[in-house]
Amino acid sequence: MKRLSTFNVTSLTFGFAFLYLPMLLLVIYSFNSSRLVTVWAGFSTQWYGELLRDEAFLSAAWITIKVAVMSSTLATILGTMAAYVLVNSGKFFGRTLFSGMIYAPLVMPEVITGLSLLLLFIGIGLDRGILTIVLAHTTFAMCFVSVVVSSRLVSFDRSLEEAALDLGCTRFDAFRLVTLPIIAPAVISGWLLAFTLSLDDLVIASFVSGPSSTTLPIKIWSSVRLGVTPEINALSTLMIGIVTIGVITASLISKRSAVRAQKDAQAAERSA
Amino acid sequence: MAKPKPDTWDNQFAPWDNPNEKPLIRFKDVTKRFGDFVAIDSLSQDIYEKEFFALLGPSGCGKTTMMRMLAGFENVSSGSIELAGQDIANVPPNKRAVNMMFQSYALFPHLSVYENIAFGLRRDKFPKDKLDARVAEMLKLTRLEKFGRRKPHQISGGQRQRVALARSLAKGPKLLLLDEPLGALDKKLRQETQFELMDIQETTGTTFVIVTHDQEEAMTVASRVAVMDEGRIIQVATPGGIYEAPNSVYVADFIGDVNIIKGTAKPAGPDQYFVDWGVNQAPILATSDRPFTDGQECHLAIRPEKISITKAKPDEAENAVQGKVLDIAYLGNLSTYHVELPGGQIIKAQTANTRRLSRRDITWEDPVWIRWNATAGVLLER
Ligand SMILES: Nc1ncnc2c1ncn2[C@@H]1O[C@H](COP(=O)(O)OP(=O)(O)OP(=O)(O)O)[C@@H](O)[C@H]1O
Ligand SMILES: [Mg+2]
Repeated sequence: MKRLSTFNVTSLTFGFAFLYLPMLLLVIYSFNSSRLVTVWAGFSTQWYGELLRDEAFLSAAWITIKVAVMSSTLATILGTMAAYVLVNSGKFFGRTLFSGMIYAPLVMPEVITGLSLLLLFIGIGLDRGILTIVLAHTTFAMCFVSVVVSSRLVSFDRSLEEAALDLGCTRFDAFRLVTLPIIAPAVISGWLLAFTLSLDDLVIASFVSGPSSTTLPIKIWSSVRLGVTPEINALSTLMIGIVTIGVITASLISKRSAVRAQKDAQAAERSA
Repeated sequence: MAKPKPDTWDNQFAPWDNPNEKPLIRFKDVTKRFGDFVAIDSLSQDIYEKEFFALLGPSGCGKTTMMRMLAGFENVSSGSIELAGQDIANVPPNKRAVNMMFQSYALFPHLSVYENIAFGLRRDKFPKDKLDARVAEMLKLTRLEKFGRRKPHQISGGQRQRVALARSLAKGPKLLLLDEPLGALDKKLRQETQFELMDIQETTGTTFVIVTHDQEEAMTVASRVAVMDEGRIIQVATPGGIYEAPNSVYVADFIGDVNIIKGTAKPAGPDQYFVDWGVNQAPILATSDRPFTDGQECHLAIRPEKISITKAKPDEAENAVQGKVLDIAYLGNLSTYHVELPGGQIIKAQTANTRRLSRRDITWEDPVWIRWNATAGVLLER
C-alpha cells in the first residue's frame, strides 16, 4: 500500500465530508427524541413508530413502490429491446441518429421532460394519476436501462445466437434461451437502476401526478415546506437505506459474476 | 476398426464421376463480398451425398465463409447455392437440415456440457425418454462422460472442442459442417476421433464438409479434397489424386513436401519431355499427359520420397544427378536429406530408416547421387 500524503488525506476527508455529512446528520437526527430538529435530546426510535401510523405517508409510500415496480419493469423490457436492436441490427439508415436519440433524454432537463409529458397527457386526454407517472418514469428510465444493457451486448458473442439458430431455434427462442440468460446480470442492474430512479424522482412526478397519486418525494417536499419534522428525517433515512441496498446489490451482482468467471477460468486452466 | 484404405475407397465411391448423380450441394457461380473485399470469387462446386469433403487452404482464403453461407449466416452477393436441388437463399438457418460446428466452438456458457449437447434435441421436441440416452451416447463418443455437469469454462480447450463436436453431431443432420473440428486435440485423440467421424459417416450416411489445416487429416478422412486460395477453389480431387497429380505448383506445394525444378520443356517422344533446368546439366526426362511446346517454361514437381539417394553412381537411371549432403532431418521412421546440386538448387530426398542410426552410411558433406524415374514427377505449367 502506498502511504497517503497529507494533501491527499485532507482532500479525501473534505470531499467525503462534503458528500456524506449532510446525510449523516439527517440519519442522526432521525433518532433524536426531541421534536426540534436541531436540538439533540437523546436517542429514540419514536419517529419511526409515528411514521408507521401516518396514513398519508404510508399511502404515498405504497404508491411510490407500485409506480417504481411497474415503471422499472416496463423500462427494462423496452430498454433491453431498444439496446438489442441498436447493437445487433448492423448498419441501417439513420442508425446513428436513433442511438443518439436514445441517449438524449439522459441529458434532457427533467423540467422539460416533465412539461412535455404533461402536455402530451393533457393532449390525449389521459387523466393524471398512477398510470401517467408510470408512463413518464418508464420513458426516462428506459434510456438508462438501454445504456446499461447495450454496454453488455457489445461484448456479447454473436456466434452464440447463430449456434442457437443452427440448432433449430427461432430468433425469439435464441434470444430467450441464450442471449437473455447471458446478459441477465446487466438486465437486473438496469432494473435496479430504473427502480431507484423512479423511487426518488420529484420533478417529473410533480408534473404528471394527480391529486390521488402523491408519491413519497412529492409528499416529503410538500411537508418540508411547512417545516422539517423528525418523521421526514426518519422517512429519508429509510429511503437512503433502500437506495443503498439497491445500489450495493446491483454492483454485487455484476462483481460476483465477474469473480465467478475468473475462478472458473482458473479451475479450467488447472484441469487442462 | 477395419477401414477401407482411401485408395480402394476411391474406387468404390465416386459419385462425382457419374453424370446421372444429383449433387446434394451445388455452388453456382457464388461470389461473396464484404464491402469491397471479395471473400469468395465466382466459385462453382458440387458436393455429393455421403461425401466427406475437405476444404484446405491458407488462413483467410474463405473456408469459414463458405461454411457460413451453407449454414445460412451469410447471404451470397451473387450466384446461388442449392441444397438437394432447392435454392436455399431464403431458407433461414433454423429451417435448414444442416448443423455446423463453429471454429470458435460457440458453446453456451450458461448451460452445462450436457445441456449444450441436448440443446438441439430439445428444440426438436426429441422424446424425453430417449434424450438422455442420445446425450449419453454423444458424451461417450467424445469421451466426455465425466464432464457432463460442468460448465464450458470449467473444462479444457480440447474438451470444449469435443463438446462443440458432440453438440453438432447430436441431431444427426443430413449435412454436417465442421470448421476445424479437431485442431485442439492431441495426435492420438485426433486420430481416434477421425476414425469415429468416418464411422458415423458410414453408419448414418451423413454428408460432411470439413475445414482443416492438417493435410494428413484431410488425406485420412476425405473422399475429396478442395484446395483453396483467395476465395477460389484451385483443385478438387481425391486425396490420392491431389497428392500424386496436383494441377499447379501452388497445390503441389500446399499438400505435402515437394521439390520444384524450374526449366524449359523439349518434346522427347510421346508424352515425354526433356526438361532443361541448368547450364551444364543433363536434361531431366519426365513424362506428362499435359502437352508442352518446345521451349515452354515448366515446373517439375517431385515428392521427396520418390527420389532415392546413394553414395555410388547408379548404373542405369532415367535421371541421376550428383550433389552434396547439406543437411539431414531425422524424423524417426524417415530421414530427409537436403542435397545441394552444382547449380545451388537444393533437392530433398526421403528414405525410410530401415537400419539403426549407427549403421547408416551417408553423413553431412558427403558427395552423393540422387536418382528418380521419368514417371516420378509431375510436369506443371505454373
Ligand atoms: N464479416 C466480415 N466482414 C469483412 N470481412 C470478412 C468478414 N468475414 C470474413 N471476412 C474476410 O473474408 C476472408 C475469408 O474469411 P474466412 O473466415 O472465410 O477465412 P478462413 O479461410 O476460414 O480462414 P482461417 O483458416 O483463418 O479460419 C478473410 O480475409 C476475412 O478477413
Ligand atoms: Mg475459418
